Amino acid sequence: MSKYLSKLTSPLIAVILGLVVGAIIMLVSGYDPVAGYGSMVNGIIGDSYYVGESVRTIIPYILAGLAVAFAFRTGLFNIGVEGQLIVGWLAAVWVGIAFDLPRIIHLPLAILAGAAAGALWAFIPGYLKAKFRVHEVIVSIMLNYTALYVTNYLIRNVMTDKLDKTERIADTASLRSPFFESITDFSRMHWGIVVAIICVIIMWFLLERTKTGFELKAVGFNQHASEYAGMSVNKNIILSMVISGAFAGLAGAMEGLGTFGYAAVKGGFTGMGFDGIAVALLGANTAIGVVLAALLFGGLKAGALNMPLETGIPSEIVDIVIALIIFFVASSYFIRWIAARFKKGVK
Amino acid sequence: MEYVIEMLNIRKEFPGIVANDNVTLQVKKGEIHALLGENGAGKSTLMNVLFGLYQPEQGEIRVNGKPVKITSPNIANDLGIGMVHQHFMLVDPFTVTENIILGKEPSKAGKIDLKEASEEVRKLSEQYQLRVDPYAKIADISIGMQQRVEILKTLYRGAEILIFDEPTAVLTPQEIKELIYIMKALIKEGKSIILITHKLKEIMEVCDRVTVIRKGQGIGTVNVNETNPNELASLMVGREVLFKTEKTAATPSDVVLEVQELEVKDSRGVSAVRNLDLTVRAGEIVGIAGVDGNGQSELIEALAGLRKTTAGSIMLNGNEIRNLKPRKITEAGVGHIPEDRHKHGLVLDYSIGENIVLQTYYQRPFSKAGILNSKKIFEKARSLIKSYDVRTPSEYTPARALSGGNQQKAIIGREVDRNPDLLIAAQPTRGLDVGAIEFIHKRLIEQRDAGKAVLLISFELEEIMNVSDRIAVIYEGEIVAIVDPKETTEQELGLLMAGSKRTEAGGKQNV
Repeated sequence: MSKYLSKLTSPLIAVILGLVVGAIIMLVSGYDPVAGYGSMVNGIIGDSYYVGESVRTIIPYILAGLAVAFAFRTGLFNIGVEGQLIVGWLAAVWVGIAFDLPRIIHLPLAILAGAAAGALWAFIPGYLKAKFRVHEVIVSIMLNYTALYVTNYLIRNVMTDKLDKTERIADTASLRSPFFESITDFSRMHWGIVVAIICVIIMWFLLERTKTGFELKAVGFNQHASEYAGMSVNKNIILSMVISGAFAGLAGAMEGLGTFGYAAVKGGFTGMGFDGIAVALLGANTAIGVVLAALLFGGLKAGALNMPLETGIPSEIVDIVIALIIFFVASSYFIRWIAARFKKGVK
Repeated sequence: MEYVIEMLNIRKEFPGIVANDNVTLQVKKGEIHALLGENGAGKSTLMNVLFGLYQPEQGEIRVNGKPVKITSPNIANDLGIGMVHQHFMLVDPFTVTENIILGKEPSKAGKIDLKEASEEVRKLSEQYQLRVDPYAKIADISIGMQQRVEILKTLYRGAEILIFDEPTAVLTPQEIKELIYIMKALIKEGKSIILITHKLKEIMEVCDRVTVIRKGQGIGTVNVNETNPNELASLMVGREVLFKTEKTAATPSDVVLEVQELEVKDSRGVSAVRNLDLTVRAGEIVGIAGVDGNGQSELIEALAGLRKTTAGSIMLNGNEIRNLKPRKITEAGVGHIPEDRHKHGLVLDYSIGENIVLQTYYQRPFSKAGILNSKKIFEKARSLIKSYDVRTPSEYTPARALSGGNQQKAIIGREVDRNPDLLIAAQPTRGLDVGAIEFIHKRLIEQRDAGKAVLLISFELEEIMNVSDRIAVIYEGEIVAIVDPKETTEQELGLLMAGSKRTEAGGKQNV
């Protein structure tokens, strides 16, 4: 138990420091931090509608965080989660519109299409790395832009006739839940939370309990020793990217099939793919850590929307707080040093 | 008596362990003083205390009789203490001079005065007969030369006391001779030297006095001319050590490995193994002797499937295994103790238990239908840790946390336990102390006596002579001679390894 506690200390301290510095910033900007955070907390759990919206915000954060964390654990930096998420979104929506099937087939098919599109998008950097040792960061960054503009083109010119968004998906492919809506005062909370939780379990099980996970992690730690031990380094690099991309594609599918029900032309990135990096970092790249970090980030983002309404504090203050938390996590060495000094002082 | 360095009753603790306890080291001016101890005995800790990297909890350090507090390497430098690190701290694309002045650049009006610096480096190099070219790039010079650059670096900074950390570990026999010569030249010029080592031969050859530490404890200091290697070994290990590995005569039977006309290219595409023939039979140990860089690494990698070969054949028990994937070769019955245990042998971030199943994790009982059975995995780990005397807090400890000797024992346990027909042992005792070496040699001979074929590759002639039943000498990628260790001498092997043919060396021809 104490082992888990000590693992939690430095992220917790980072969160507290982030909130404290955020409060100071609010103070010097002439706002009341107590009221500010109060309205933020209200915006997260103030009433059932807000809870529902918070949960909805958390879903893609969990999945994007899993995508980044999975690649990290196997020695790769998938910075292309954003692009994989965008193609996953569109693919899921396309299946949701184009087919006329019973729900039991249509919904899983649309979800799988999202995962498959993300996986395919991530396969490209994986393959190039395996085959030609091209660094995955460069390829996947480029593919983010490719994804953005290709999907915009498809929405405008293929799926619609010069419109800015697609038509709505069929009800049989929707993750919307009348049940969740009824208990959360008609928030957009949807079944995607179940998909996200299943993926958390899959990630944990795959990495910790299967021989595939054993190989993936070994290749991530030491390619030479893995090759010596008879594992296929190239196969595992590609597989790692593909699985990571599938998580990212699912994050997009959740937005397409749950929150929005359509895909729209985007002026820029959604940002969720990049936030996934922060979620993975704060969650120490473990499945359960990602959930906790996604709860925090998703909650902050959802709560931020309430701050201007209640207190007039701009919601951007929460972006500053999130940035500060990331900063403090990254400087966790410094935090540990302070903690050690503090312990010595107590003695 | 005047001491240049005195470390009195030093105690250094780390969380959970006492790395040094009551260690005293006194170095006289103008002597070569050895610091002897097993891997993990606390030699490096003690030297890091002297060099200002660690602060001792107790004890006193005196330089030239004056008590000092050394709180950083800069202070150590100012006191005239220089360290020649085992892993060189050099910038490869820079020249010798640039490396030497790094951090202490002489400048004229903001411009580095390379010319004058090079002149000074040249003078120093001449004074101590180091023969280093100040303008050569580090990347272009040999390991031995790079080490001399490290020595020059300390001299340039005015070092009077030089610490050598395991300096011979990376050198060829020829380079070792030259280093010993250099160390003697340094002493003649009035410098003092602390030599960290676990090689008894070197101590007997160059040192004046030796301080022994065992498990962090200072055991004592003895004069080298009043002791012998046996006494030193038992002081270091704490028990009697056998130097000559005991073994009966070999009874070779069927051919297990047959290599014919093998051709392998190195990473640059240059032919590294040429037209190589080699046979290893069940029940014998064949040792491959040679100077580093004569194709040994490429040969091993080819045998293990880690490097593609261009021609020839490799037969294992009559089946061709050339250019098969590593896993197929492993499954065909080859065990391989790799040359570089950190690069190939272990996943350092994995637990010792996970490393023990590194090649067998996918087989029953360790996994079933793709799911790992960690109970069985760690059960196996526990049994191997016990039977191979791997000293580790637990089977869940990361491999990184173990000492070199214990890492190597785990690898050997893993390879031998798979019961391979052919065991390839590449430099199995590199960097290990006498106790671990003895253990590993015994295991190799056990394998032989169990009717397995063993191929031993080593740069240590003593090891080759001691353990092998037949010696194959490799030179420029070819086996140039096969000799019987009982009928040959180190001198003859040395000549063969240097490329002189057997006939010239004066023996009978039986290649």
